[in-house]
Amino acid sequence: MSETTTRESEALALIERVRSRPAKFKDAQITMAHGAGGKATQTLVAGLFLPAFGGAALRELGDAGVVDDLALTTDSFVVKPIRFPGGSIGELAVNGTVNDLAVAGARPLALTLSFVLEEGLSAEDLRAEVEAIAAAASAAGVEIVAGDTKVVERGRCDSMYVTTTGLGRLDPRASLSTGSLKPGDKILVSGPIGEHGTAVMLARGEFELEAPVESDTRSLWPAVDALLDAAGPSLRCLRDATRGGVASALNELAQASAVAMVVREAAVPVRPPVAGACEILGIDPMYVANEGVLVAFVAPEAADDALAALASAPGCEAAAEIGEVKTDPPGMVLVETAFGGRRVMDLLVGDPLPRIC
Amino acid sequence: MRYVDEYRDAALGRVLAGEIVATVEAGREYKIMEVCGGHTHTIYKYGVDDLLPANVELVHGPGCPVCVIPMGRVDDAIAVAHVPGVIFTCFGDMMRVPGGSGTLLDAKARGADVRMVYSPLDALRIARENPDREVVFFAVGFETTAPSTALTLKRAKAEGTPNFSCFSNHVTIVPPLRALLESPDLRLDGFIGPGHVSTVVGARPFEFIPADYGKPVVISGFEPLDLLQSVYMVLRQLVEGRCEVENQYARVVPADGNPAALAVLEEVFELRPHFEWRGLGFISHSGLKLSEAYAELDAELRFEIPGVRVADPKACQCGEVLKGVIKPWECKVFGTACTPERPIGTCMVSSEGACAAYYNYGRFAREREVV
Repeated sequence: MSETTTRESEALALIERVRSRPAKFKDAQITMAHGAGGKATQTLVAGLFLPAFGGAALRELGDAGVVDDLALTTDSFVVKPIRFPGGSIGELAVNGTVNDLAVAGARPLALTLSFVLEEGLSAEDLRAEVEAIAAAASAAGVEIVAGDTKVVERGRCDSMYVTTTGLGRLDPRASLSTGSLKPGDKILVSGPIGEHGTAVMLARGEFELEAPVESDTRSLWPAVDALLDAAGPSLRCLRDATRGGVASALNELAQASAVAMVVREAAVPVRPPVAGACEILGIDPMYVANEGVLVAFVAPEAADDALAALASAPGCEAAAEIGEVKTDPPGMVLVETAFGGRRVMDLLVGDPLPRIC
Repeated sequence: MRYVDEYRDAALGRVLAGEIVATVEAGREYKIMEVCGGHTHTIYKYGVDDLLPANVELVHGPGCPVCVIPMGRVDDAIAVAHVPGVIFTCFGDMMRVPGGSGTLLDAKARGADVRMVYSPLDALRIARENPDREVVFFAVGFETTAPSTALTLKRAKAEGTPNFSCFSNHVTIVPPLRALLESPDLRLDGFIGPGHVSTVVGARPFEFIPADYGKPVVISGFEPLDLLQSVYMVLRQLVEGRCEVENQYARVVPADGNPAALAVLEEVFELRPHFEWRGLGFISHSGLKLSEAYAELDAELRFEIPGVRVADPKACQCGEVLKGVIKPWECKVFGTACTPERPIGTCMVSSEGACAAYYNYGRFAREREVV
């Protein structure tokens, strides 16, 4: 190695040491970036929430927490606009929470539902969302077992916010953990990425772009069920690729398991209208939110069976193997670009698309 | 995607990379500066530099419009944003640039009405929709974006939108290039010229580089194949001992630029006597302010602008990075105290900034194996 490359390697090694230090929350106030699912969110969670609340179940930082054989999770929905092609806030509120349970390897059982409504919200809009919630819950096989309603003055919330809490029972076929990835594991995605975020972004009408893109909101339990059947003990971990997209899901797990990952960009399924919209807006679809896409990590010997099972689940026909878990450099996700080069794919900084779910 | 994927063809890329290897002379080092931040972004995003031989080095230049804005101007913007009744509009990147007292994003969290727009026309629309508010557009960019600001100002004047104004920080590309070429610590063999700026100004303004400084220039497009081909064209000039301005981006860049855009720039803007550049200091005739005819829309005349010059933080070496004197990783604070989530310098903010591009995409030594 030349002297320059040695110095560069030293500089990069120093950066890795700095990055691996525990996050400190030092911001003076909350900005939109803290809600974007990227670095600022991670700093908030690791620097403020975990030190205050962090028991063993929370420190796992899974999509749901585990208590005995039950999985418990909660999620708030503040999406704007409340209706968008392919879905609405009500449908999202059910599927989002159901999916957090599903990717924890838990069969969804029941939900609680909490509304914050803005004074002046039309009864018609509320009725439409209540019907959407009922339909989504029925499709996902969960019951709404408790709820709460609050109303705030006009202008103090934007139409409606919805919070759901979900309870599920851990499936005996599942042995999932965020820290269990091993070099050689294959990385699967369950379908074309970036659909939900793109659909919501276009529905806001800020860009005067039109494209046939619909939210992918759906229950992922059928996909998880199929995966557990095909690859049960070989399934290391599942992740719901919501805010921050597939890129954030991969980074979180690379850090949790202290492994490297290599993603083949050309293998990642992106439908042309999503690719086109993202290209125009300068956004990488890997960072765009999904509401019906999971990332699965599978031991290599079970990868083919897992992929076949996944592709048989509804909405997962385009499931694909997109890369592999490696050893070094730990905590880092690298992309082999379709052009033949290589680059880092880091956690998202800033917030290109606020209030996407 | 048609008309895009063709320029990202990996097989053609390998062919070009082979031609480059065959062209360079062993034992000779080639330093080529890509002037434009858009090029820097492409190079890292697609891993273009992975395909180059070790003795060809790409040096990142000063053409990132966000990166060259000095801290004092950000503080000025924040002061205007805090004026009661103001809706302050800017491009997304600008919101995260630190001034002496935080960023526009911080100002927003403290209660200022700061809104991200994708076009100056969006700012004008906000002004029309909020006639009882003052709407200010924070204009940044080289000749690439200045015409869209100029057209927006023309429209605002024509339709009479009295509550709209523009805080101009537009700059021109030739003066900083000349300043760079005059700099004694510069060691460059050639330039990849800015494609988007050239769509407006044409290829001729760059002829002083070969004529006065004896360095080849190739104006380049923004796709990875464009850049590889431009590197190849610069290398051919060097190997053949030629020195001229060549236009790789002829599908978009006419030799004389865009006369309509140049005319509207001439009408709406005039050159400032001097303008401060981040890290480069004051450069004569390098910034654009609103002309006399558009003075009524000039935010600098409508609002009280503090105009306090803020020295760059001592540890920050953005200036040397912008001049291509050091690589991003050679900066003392790169990646440790200065990161994309907590930037000290502007080069770490914009996705076109050399430091942010290197940190986000390139932070992995070329030779290192993934195992």
